[in-house]
Amino acid sequence: MTTLVSDTALVFGRYARQTLRSKMQIFFGALMPVLYLLFYGPLLTAMPLASRGSSWQVLVPGLLLQLGLFGAAFCGFAIIIEKQHGVVERMRVTPVSRLALLLGRVLRDAALFVFQAVLVILVALAMGLRAPLPGILIGFGFVAAMTVSLASLSYALALRVSTPQSFGPLVNAVNMPAMLLSGLMLPMSLAPGWLNVLSHFMPFRYLVDAVRAAFVGDYGGTAMLYGVLVTAALLLASVATGTRLFRRAGA
Amino acid sequence: MAVISTAGLARTFDTKRGPVHAVRGIDLTVEAGEILGFLGPNGAGKTTTLRMLTTLLAPTGGAATVAGCDLLRDPVGVRRQTGYVAQSGGVDPSIRVREELVTQGRLYRLSKAEAEARAEELAHELNLTGLLERKCAALSGGQRRRLDIAMGLTHRPAVLFLDEPTTGLDPGSRSDLWDLVRRIRAQWGTTVFLTTHYLDEADALSDRLVVVDQGRVVAEGTPTALKTRYAGSPDASLQDTFLAITGRGVAPQDTTPIAV
Repeated sequence: MTTLVSDTALVFGRYARQTLRSKMQIFFGALMPVLYLLFYGPLLTAMPLASRGSSWQVLVPGLLLQLGLFGAAFCGFAIIIEKQHGVVERMRVTPVSRLALLLGRVLRDAALFVFQAVLVILVALAMGLRAPLPGILIGFGFVAAMTVSLASLSYALALRVSTPQSFGPLVNAVNMPAMLLSGLMLPMSLAPGWLNVLSHFMPFRYLVDAVRAAFVGDYGGTAMLYGVLVTAALLLASVATGTRLFRRAGA
Repeated sequence: MAVISTAGLARTFDTKRGPVHAVRGIDLTVEAGEILGFLGPNGAGKTTTLRMLTTLLAPTGGAATVAGCDLLRDPVGVRRQTGYVAQSGGVDPSIRVREELVTQGRLYRLSKAEAEARAEELAHELNLTGLLERKCAALSGGQRRRLDIAMGLTHRPAVLFLDEPTTGLDPGSRSDLWDLVRRIRAQWGTTVFLTTHYLDEADALSDRLVVVDQGRVVAEGTPTALKTRYAGSPDASLQDTFLAITGRGVAPQDTTPIAV
């Protein structure tokens, strides 16, 4: 257990230093959601999106998770490059824990996207968002959890494919429906019945609903309960998948 | 004393077109302190065997002991006592040499201070001292190879696996590398298991050769013994010996790094 923690810290440190060397990477990820806040958010202020609270309390949770969705899903790109340099194999022949090889990487990713989420919230506050602090903190928790699970799956997929050219289209093919069906941009409560039903098969929908509930101070409702349960299941399944791939990186 | 011994070590890959028997059953032993050349034509199963012995790939059959540890039951023990230098190396070009060496030491569970001291020591031994603050991308081919080997030696392994160590190096760097491999064995008693496509390299470096073809060992012995037995004279070329053993030459292949 202590070796798992120190191994994870070691791997985390290596990748965190790499991220810190690239200021561009740190800030660039926040650009897309910030643009949405500036040029898309104002369109919604007059619309009756929310049964409670303002349209910002509906939009901003979606933007936070979009940050996780699009950022984390592409994390695997880095490992394709590393694989070509032999870095992955070099680490796999050391006694370091396989779980740590994954956790060190995904925790770095989680730290990066939570930092970007903080930037997004600061801009959102300036634009007019008002939400309870515990709700916002819960939102960060969901961003972190979503990043850990999506990045794990992204690394797992990247360990199986051999070129960035085949990886990009695959991720997009998953991401676009995930974004649309989870109601990231506009809540699924606006959807016709069939679409609403369909969206319930998209796990991220439950995360989005939970963060929206948190942003209006509803911490004990069914939205939060489902959100937490789905997140826990996602985390477990994706970290297990990712670790399995580091154990026996095939292909 | 045998440092590596395998019995029927095999690996079959399931593919869409049915099973591919990459390694059909390898039986070999490597003695402590030996430099073993592992040779064979392309597709003979060299890399697959190497990947099994280094715990990167699980065997589908047979058994092996490496440095006193059972490959299947104690892969972590094997990892602790073996170093592996892949053909593609294993350093990130954007990271500085010192940081890579220290990280490697830490991955092998050295303390921070030990890892830092070991990085200095290795840099000194492998003639990398002036390069510690450079990014790995800024090294020449020969320097880069020495760094790769330093990474593999971080934890003073009993066995060092080298996969095509001189592929892509100029002649000067190649002979420097041969000297280095000999020195590693002489100085630390490290057992060296190397694959190569270059017959002159196998001839010059190896105490003993193991020749594989179609996933099995087809010949083994000292270079002189193999030449005498298969090509009729101890002065025969290793090239002729190979032709006699496998019916094919060991053509140097293109240096595409093996993707995982």
